[in-house]
Amino acid sequence: MEKHISVPLDQKTVSALCVGDYVYLTGTVYTARDAAHKRMYETLERGGKLPVDLENSLIYYMGPSPARPGMPIGSAGPTTAGRMDKYTPALLDLGLKGMIGKGKRSQAVKEAVVRNGAVYFAAVGGAGALLSRSILSSEVIAYDDLGTEAVRRLEIKDFPVIVVMDSQGNDLYETAAENYRH
Amino acid sequence: MRELEVRAVTENIKEMCIEANHVLSYDMKKALRDAADAEDAPLGKQVLKQLLDNMEIAQKDMIPICQDTGMTVIFLEIGQNVHFAGGDLSEAVQEGVRQGYEEGFLRKSVVKDPIFRDNTKDNTPAVIHYEIVPGDKVRITVAPKGFGSENMSRVFMLKPADGIEGVKNVVLTAVKDAGPNACPPMVVGVGVGGTFEKCALMAKKALLRPMDQRSEIPYISELENELLDKINASGIGPGGLGGRITALAVNIETYPTHIAGLPVAVNICCHVNRHATRIL
Repeated sequence: MEKHISVPLDQKTVSALCVGDYVYLTGTVYTARDAAHKRMYETLERGGKLPVDLENSLIYYMGPSPARPGMPIGSAGPTTAGRMDKYTPALLDLGLKGMIGKGKRSQAVKEAVVRNGAVYFAAVGGAGALLSRSILSSEVIAYDDLGTEAVRRLEIKDFPVIVVMDSQGNDLYETAAENYRH
Repeated sequence: MRELEVRAVTENIKEMCIEANHVLSYDMKKALRDAADAEDAPLGKQVLKQLLDNMEIAQKDMIPICQDTGMTVIFLEIGQNVHFAGGDLSEAVQEGVRQGYEEGFLRKSVVKDPIFRDNTKDNTPAVIHYEIVPGDKVRITVAPKGFGSENMSRVFMLKPADGIEGVKNVVLTAVKDAGPNACPPMVVGVGVGGTFEKCALMAKKALLRPMDQRSEIPYISELENELLDKINASGIGPGGLGGRITALAVNIETYPTHIAGLPVAVNICCHVNRHATRIL
């Protein structure tokens, strides 16, 4: 099913998403990948405050290539989500409502997605030039020293993703191959 | 003896880094177009259509095909009658990478230390493989390697008794484990034989082979076709979202090995199988 939804996400919309839905996202998302996740996790362990308000937010696992002059961003496709699995349940429990990435997640992430009624979207890996066209602006808001791994606030419009894990814990990666195995 | 200035190496590598990250070779483009025609899973077809559009946008607007512009792997086949002048060859290669990644707006993805992980901020050092060959030419191949697929690559030290079935088994295991993480449709490079490091290097080099070229060894050529069919029967599909096209090619290289061993390396590459070659 094709849907257009806005971010930050609201619970009613997220709860209605099903695996396989083709979704166009519009609104504000934050980027964070390996190094930013590690730093956020260590901040929480120390009892510190995160640089972003996670409530109903969406994190995009992405480190862009540099923007050419006049462009908001460079190539901007998803990175492999599984490397963030160690840190993700803690962020979901703090109000994070969804992630955009690619690839399989751990059982602990799946349980945290269900527990918090969240969603995991996949964007097409290796389509970074195409996806950059759905990003209107990009601003580094934390961890500037991490370069491409800094936390960015992105304004996106009709950004194409697919629901690969819904709030019920259905996992498209586990079921999709069965239909085409021969 | 032919004299070659190392600054020519720098200049060419700079240009090749930029070229490889924006323009896929003709055979890769054709393989992706053929895949889009052959795929009949709706989501799978949608993914392949995005990839075809992505290729065009990348080339036209000079936006890297993938934001992961890779750790730069460089093969230098140096004719034994070449003498390099004007500086240190290795440093000239690294300088080409440095300039290419800066001037080409390519992502700097290399960290100085694998544990402490401070970014070197210029994508150096590249991984350089030197080979001495007959002649007075230098053949340079620049192959930026993304780590979504590199992370899913494996080396297996099989027993001679495992035989060809053992080889098939580990290739299929590596591809299945890679699944959606390696950005399918993938290209599967396999090295069989040699030693621990030799098979890994062969697997990497196998990714450079033109997509429509099969092994010259008849039974290996058959094995490549059989494995490709089996991988595509897995149903993993484009983006791992289900479909008929999981791999675009399986390329296998072999080398003599030890009486006690059967090393097999599987180097997986995503559909952005980038490389540029020039002869100086």
